[in-house]
Amino acid sequence: MATKVLNYIPKESFIHGLSGTTKLIIFLTFSVLCGLSFDTRVLLFLLLLSFVGFSLSNIRLSEIRLMSTFLIIFLVMNFILLFLFNPEYGPELYGSRTVLFHLFGRYDVTMEQLFYQFNVSLKYVIGFPIAILFISTTNPSEFASSLSQIGVPYRISYSVSLALRYIPDIQQDYHEIAQSQEARGVALGKDVKFFERLKNSAKILLPLVLTSLNRIDDISNSMQLRSFGKYKKRTWYTKKKMTAADYSVIAFCVVLFVVGMIITNQGGNNLFNPFVR
Amino acid sequence: MDFSFQYNAQKQPTLKHIDLDIYPGEKILICGASGSGKSTLGNCINGLIPFSYEGKMEGELTVDGIVTKDSSIFELSTRVGTVLQDPDGQFVGLTVAEDIAFALENDCVEQDAMKKQIMEAAKKVGIEERMNNAPYDLSGGQKQRVSMAGVIVDDVKILLFDEPLANLDPYTGKTAIELIDLIKKQTDTTVLIIEHRIEDVLWEKVDRIILMDDGRIVSDTKPEELLRSSLLWKYGIREPLYLTLLKYAGIDVNKVEGIDNIKDLQLKANDKKKIRDWYEAQSKPERVNNNDYILEVEHVDFSYDNSEQILFDVSFKVKQGEMLAIVGKNGAGKSTMCKVICGFERNKTGKILFKGEDVTQSSIRARASHIGYVMQNPNQMISQPMIFDEVAMGIRNLGLSEEELQKRVYDTLKICGLYEFRNWPISALSFGQKKRVTIASILVMGPEVVMLDEPTAGQDLRHYTEIMEFLKELNEKGITIILITHDMHLMLEYTDRSIVFTDGRIVADKSGSAVLCDRELIQRAALKETSLFYIAEMTGIDDPVDFVDCFIACDRKERDRGN
Amino acid sequence: MKNDSVKKVVATGIGAALFFVLARFVAVPSGIPNTNITFQYAIQAVFAVLYGPVVGCLSGFIGHVLCDMSWGGVWWSWAFATGVYGLVVGFFADKINVKDGYFAKKEFFTFVVANLVANLLAWLLIAPIGDIVIYKEDAKLVFTQGLIAGAGDFLFAVVLGGLLLYGYSKTVAKTGSLDKE
Repeated sequence: MATKVLNYIPKESFIHGLSGTTKLIIFLTFSVLCGLSFDTRVLLFLLLLSFVGFSLSNIRLSEIRLMSTFLIIFLVMNFILLFLFNPEYGPELYGSRTVLFHLFGRYDVTMEQLFYQFNVSLKYVIGFPIAILFISTTNPSEFASSLSQIGVPYRISYSVSLALRYIPDIQQDYHEIAQSQEARGVALGKDVKFFERLKNSAKILLPLVLTSLNRIDDISNSMQLRSFGKYKKRTWYTKKKMTAADYSVIAFCVVLFVVGMIITNQGGNNLFNPFVR
Repeated sequence: MDFSFQYNAQKQPTLKHIDLDIYPGEKILICGASGSGKSTLGNCINGLIPFSYEGKMEGELTVDGIVTKDSSIFELSTRVGTVLQDPDGQFVGLTVAEDIAFALENDCVEQDAMKKQIMEAAKKVGIEERMNNAPYDLSGGQKQRVSMAGVIVDDVKILLFDEPLANLDPYTGKTAIELIDLIKKQTDTTVLIIEHRIEDVLWEKVDRIILMDDGRIVSDTKPEELLRSSLLWKYGIREPLYLTLLKYAGIDVNKVEGIDNIKDLQLKANDKKKIRDWYEAQSKPERVNNNDYILEVEHVDFSYDNSEQILFDVSFKVKQGEMLAIVGKNGAGKSTMCKVICGFERNKTGKILFKGEDVTQSSIRARASHIGYVMQNPNQMISQPMIFDEVAMGIRNLGLSEEELQKRVYDTLKICGLYEFRNWPISALSFGQKKRVTIASILVMGPEVVMLDEPTAGQDLRHYTEIMEFLKELNEKGITIILITHDMHLMLEYTDRSIVFTDGRIVADKSGSAVLCDRELIQRAALKETSLFYIAEMTGIDDPVDFVDCFIACDRKERDRGN
Repeated sequence: MKNDSVKKVVATGIGAALFFVLARFVAVPSGIPNTNITFQYAIQAVFAVLYGPVVGCLSGFIGHVLCDMSWGGVWWSWAFATGVYGLVVGFFADKINVKDGYFAKKEFFTFVVANLVANLLAWLLIAPIGDIVIYKEDAKLVFTQGLIAGAGDFLFAVVLGGLLLYGYSKTVAKTGSLDKE
């Protein structure tokens, strides 16, 4: 019944061997760089790197089929939405308009719009293998210690660990409460009127909240009884020792970030514009 | 010392003038009914009081030379290790190893030293094979072992167990008591066990029993002395069954040796004869036979999507008006079976028949009007502030007129003895009353079968009796009752028949007394022999099943007379 | 107080777990195609009221990031907006004394105002600005999305969160002078 929360796939590989801290740094570097840069060259390079990382991890595509399907659906929907909402946004952004062909009504397909949407999609795509790489090669047990390593206060880091610990329990609570309420006529289906459905939702959520509050009391008692919060810091059982590989990868991330930002901000603008002559 | 404690929110002190000395190396059982203050006393010792719950403290409590109120919870926790009742609340790590390491991490122990200490602690409780398992891969008993390892890893001087048996199946409970004893001997700690199921705790020797009532210590003495007195019944604690039997047989318990433990019990030839005579004098209890089946389960297999199979070809029949127990260890498929019967979970093969009609395909809602399911934790069911609304919820959208609705709710509340509380908020009720509200909220839909998951878990004798007598009344009114339970006594005392589950299969289907006199079955299904069975063996009675039945019948008569 | 801080750590973790479970596994159709009733913000708001701004902020943020990660990509701008939402509702926590068992008109009104301010900030300021900076998305598009999401979340958080806080307040209500009838 209890499902795995995040899809961690234990294996032997270079990526698996890195410490969680290193992987967290990779993940954050990529996320931030990919977020800040709109330079197609940087983005393409990041994409290439993330595929390299992916192939180093020995994770097979079949193991992440569900997530990949979701991404593709999302990309297609987003692509269509962006276009339908404002087909002239690309030309506006890049300051030129190269019509490829006319579609219907006010919808022209332009090079600029396609290029803009290509960049946006690229950003989504890059985030994907990196996030997958992070969650499928990092043991969730290492999350908290890694966060604490990069400077997040340990109390907050431990909250993350607690969340991962109790997600399956709470999922089961929800499931059981919903079932027993359904037996008493609390339905949430399409045939129930909207406000009725809202009221019924509350009939499921209230027991869930109240049992969760009890849980919070129990857990915090047991944590206090085992000295949580005694000192300003704590050690971590799951912390992996940093190796030469870890330090090299971290150094690489720093270089990547700096160079990426320099390239991105050439010309005082983070937009790479191939349409300027 | 004279120690009192009063919670901030309460008018009366919860602990009154406690005067208690506990010596190093002792093993002490603290018992008492709900609300007697036994858990509060435990919380004062481990420091949750006053550091987590605030209140007014008078007098002094010294733990290992430290006055608690001048100390801190951290300082105390290195001396007192507490194993709490709820194993899930205590298991905070993502894996076994991390959870055992928790206290050491907080103490900033370096990793290498930590690993060594964890392994030692894990070996002491026998969990070293499962260091990388997540909590949901472990049974309740295993989680409890992890909790124990998590506190002994700190080299504490005092181990405090708060109701260690509450969530365990009988066999696991027995091994837990054995393990506590073993740890005590290995580590030479002082052990305090807070529990009201004393027969189970006494399976291994304790030095002293402290009996509490209404915030006071009413008895502080050796187990033999307490058992020979009549204080246990007086303060709402069930005495060991074998002891009750000896009393019924007219044996002077003051003269019996080894009275505190069934393993050590010495019966003289004369005593044995008395028991046999008592047995001969009993009239055989009659069993009612009724052949109308109300519920039939035929060849049901079940598994959640993409995971291991939980039920294997399960078939059984329930007669109209029966009171039936489903027993077996945690995770054997008992609750899942009930959920399948209610339609919460869908079986892909097999059939469920209600009064001969196939209901396998009907919806949760449709089945609920025939078969009700009461969950173990009332907090998971209650979603309305007021009692009336909570009970009315199940029939609100059936299109009844307001008068009809009110009448049905009132009728149900009357049956459940809640009518006078009908306009109360649920928050003002006790646990037992809340349990009744959840039963009422199911009964109002008019089911003919009611299934209850662990209706008496964690309840003291008074609440246990209150809930079970109520269910018995319902049963006498014609409602078929199915109980999932770990309580062997409940099974003996109240049910006509038991279905025993092991690993998703039914391994036995016979009377409770027959189940508990079957050594091989007991072992397979993680149950626990009743002490009456030992007595039957000791006295050479060749039909132990009948012997147990006679005892239960006699006990019921005695108690009906007493009430 | 020390004790309180441990409780907040736990509340953050459990709040995040609730957020995750409700956002990830629970889909109750709202009636509008492809949109679901969002429960997670109502729960986050309840936690913000019960435990204050820090728990409100972090439980939502952690829950949101973990949930996004389970799908395979974090939408940072919206995750931050979720955090801001909880933070802002939490600032009103002192004015909503639900822990003493009161949740009447005045408290509900404060709760509505808190949600209004918090949703405006989160979905019409933080989330759209984030989207514009990160994805250079069309301002009109992101504000429209923000408006739809914000309006929905506002409605669900106020109605569900209000019902939950009311229900909760009843469980802590003093028994007072109850008589059997």
